[in-house]
Amino acid sequence: MYRELKVLAVVVFFSLLTYYLVEPYAHHEMHKKVDANGTELVIESHGFTYDGRDDIAEAKRSGNETLVATKIDFWKDVVEISKLEGDVTTGEAVFANCAGCHNGMSMNMGGVIVPNLDHAGRIYDKNYLIALIKDPAMASNVDHKYADTSMHPMGSIKFTVSDNQQIADVVAYMLEKKAEEVTPKEAYEEACVRCHALRYKKMTQLGDTPTFKHKKDALAHEIKVIEEQEKVQAYMGNLPPDLSMIIRARSAHFLETFVANPQGQLPGTSMPRVGLSQEGYDKVKAYLTEAGDPSKKAREELGPWVIGFFIIFTILAYLWKKSMWRDLH
Amino acid sequence: MAHFDKNAKPFSNKWLDERIAINTLKRVLNTEYWIPKDINFLWAMGMVLAATFGLLVISGIFLLMYYKPDTNLAFDSVNYTIMAEVGYGWLWRHIHGVGASIVFLIIYIHMFTGIYYGSYKQGRELIWLSGMGLFVAFSAEAFSGYMLPWGQMSYWAGMVITNLFSGGSLEAYGLVEWIRGDYVPGDAFLTRFFMLHVLLIPLVIIGLIVLHFGTLRLPHVNNQEGAEIDFVEAGELWKAGKRKESKVIPFSPVFLSKDIFVMGVYFILFFYLVFYHFDFAMDPVNFDPADGLKTPAHIYPEWYFLWSYEILRPFGKDVGLIAFAIAQVAFVFLPFIDRSPNVAPAHKRGLFQIWFWVLIIDLIVLTAMGKLPPTDPVFAIVGLISACLFLAMGPILFIITIFEKKLEKGE
Repeated sequence: MYRELKVLAVVVFFSLLTYYLVEPYAHHEMHKKVDANGTELVIESHGFTYDGRDDIAEAKRSGNETLVATKIDFWKDVVEISKLEGDVTTGEAVFANCAGCHNGMSMNMGGVIVPNLDHAGRIYDKNYLIALIKDPAMASNVDHKYADTSMHPMGSIKFTVSDNQQIADVVAYMLEKKAEEVTPKEAYEEACVRCHALRYKKMTQLGDTPTFKHKKDALAHEIKVIEEQEKVQAYMGNLPPDLSMIIRARSAHFLETFVANPQGQLPGTSMPRVGLSQEGYDKVKAYLTEAGDPSKKAREELGPWVIGFFIIFTILAYLWKKSMWRDLH
Repeated sequence: MAHFDKNAKPFSNKWLDERIAINTLKRVLNTEYWIPKDINFLWAMGMVLAATFGLLVISGIFLLMYYKPDTNLAFDSVNYTIMAEVGYGWLWRHIHGVGASIVFLIIYIHMFTGIYYGSYKQGRELIWLSGMGLFVAFSAEAFSGYMLPWGQMSYWAGMVITNLFSGGSLEAYGLVEWIRGDYVPGDAFLTRFFMLHVLLIPLVIIGLIVLHFGTLRLPHVNNQEGAEIDFVEAGELWKAGKRKESKVIPFSPVFLSKDIFVMGVYFILFFYLVFYHFDFAMDPVNFDPADGLKTPAHIYPEWYFLWSYEILRPFGKDVGLIAFAIAQVAFVFLPFIDRSPNVAPAHKRGLFQIWFWVLIIDLIVLTAMGKLPPTDPVFAIVGLISACLFLAMGPILFIITIFEKKLEKGE
């Protein structure tokens, strides 16, 4: 018995050592991010709150002093505005400016479909909404793509809502009136689908694919999808990937930090920060899990039964073995 | 014409014995197939392997019903049809994926048990050789199966491995194209690897398993001390009821009762992995669909091939290929490289014991380095040193075993 346990300890030790080296350790080394001096960068999602600290740190690493100053000033303003008391009624009037484009009609403007803001106050972070209205390119951390913010598809906001109090009012309005309970699907539709198709849920950049009676209609829809994809591709530089299997293709940590700040994981990517709040991210993640890992619940339910069966099996097998080997020594 | 008892009841023992010698079969394969008593749980690894292979076959049959070997359909047939639409499809897939990975862990344990106890020589050479044949066949089975989900790793591993056949400076690209059936991995490539995975290689494996069992019957299983046992004499003692005095037990039911207990423990671990910890066996990169225009940042094989991959990697292209080829076949020659007259556990064989543990550690270091990015200079040099050490281990074994003294009995 003692000898068996000794042999088992040796086998377990070497198996676990190998596991540690090829899984946690190797993956850590492979995906390590370092700065110019070789110091490891720790990438975090800060619980899906946005205060610009990642943006400022990135600017510092780039060595561009003017950029650092711009980013610091910008995010300081954002924090200032967040302290203002917003008036919901005034905000509603200001929101009329937004509703001209954000009307839920799924129009493409400047390369990408205007997002629906029905649950904006629920799925997006307050500071992010403030930052986005103040300067969309800076908020989404893709300012390097635009020489001038007014070139951003939402750049015109600068000329319509520019006063700090106005920003505070309209954000207060969204946090109060555009904040109803949201389903995982709605969160995905509002935050992601205009760029990322989800074929395992029959979704394209145009949202749910309807069922058509006639092949002609189906083909006509397909052409509309292709046209939309071409616009997105022209705007983004590449067609953003279908996210059907992304929940299994990337680690939980990667997805979380990437959504919170795409530039941190993929410097130079054209994906904007979308500013999801913790709740918004959890909903989107739930929907991605439904699409790419639908068996998660079934696995967790069945697991204990199968393992329980084998524990009982093993106990019975042990008793049988004992009776068989009883008088051998 | 043999004599058949007309009154024997169909399928009764007598009826069967007259037709297929059922009593002789039972005796030779079960009740008088003597196994030494002095063994530990490592002796159950053979049956654990057989059971795992069984699980792989069964889960594979279920997957085969829905899998589509077509580059346009393969990825979604696995990740959508099987995982989302087919009832319990996910269970079969996870059993298959985890089983394919874990089977190599057990193969390695089984193989190094054989090396540790010297169970590959003096009558047991063919067991070793057929076992190595199984290792090669399982490797081919694992590789061909890895192509089927047609994800990024399938595609790029297929690209890298088939490229090896260009033979470095020989530039035999014609051969590579012939293997792929195309210039790059494509539909022809996928369908032929599908055929290999579900038909030809499994047939070879089944044949080799029968051969492996066959080669074991006459030399018998080794024991913890490497003691030579007179199996006829020990068997007679058992049959005479002297169970304590006899050094052997019958395969069935006594040996089997322990095997099944060990299998039970193994299945608890196995299904824990299937339900809660399958990621190690299902690389995230392979959940991105194959894309010939997008090379993944890191291409690496599954963990069980990493040690030999690392023997290829640190050298230049020609030297690397030669070193890789040597590493692939090195273990086959073990019974002929080891010149020692002893069949004994490593801890009784002096220098051989050191050699054994150095080999284990070297293989683990190679395995780790095979996955770590070689752009790091420290990893690159550690990889190079351990690859050179591996290549030296054969000649070293030859020399130290020439000088190994014969152990006295009972020592």
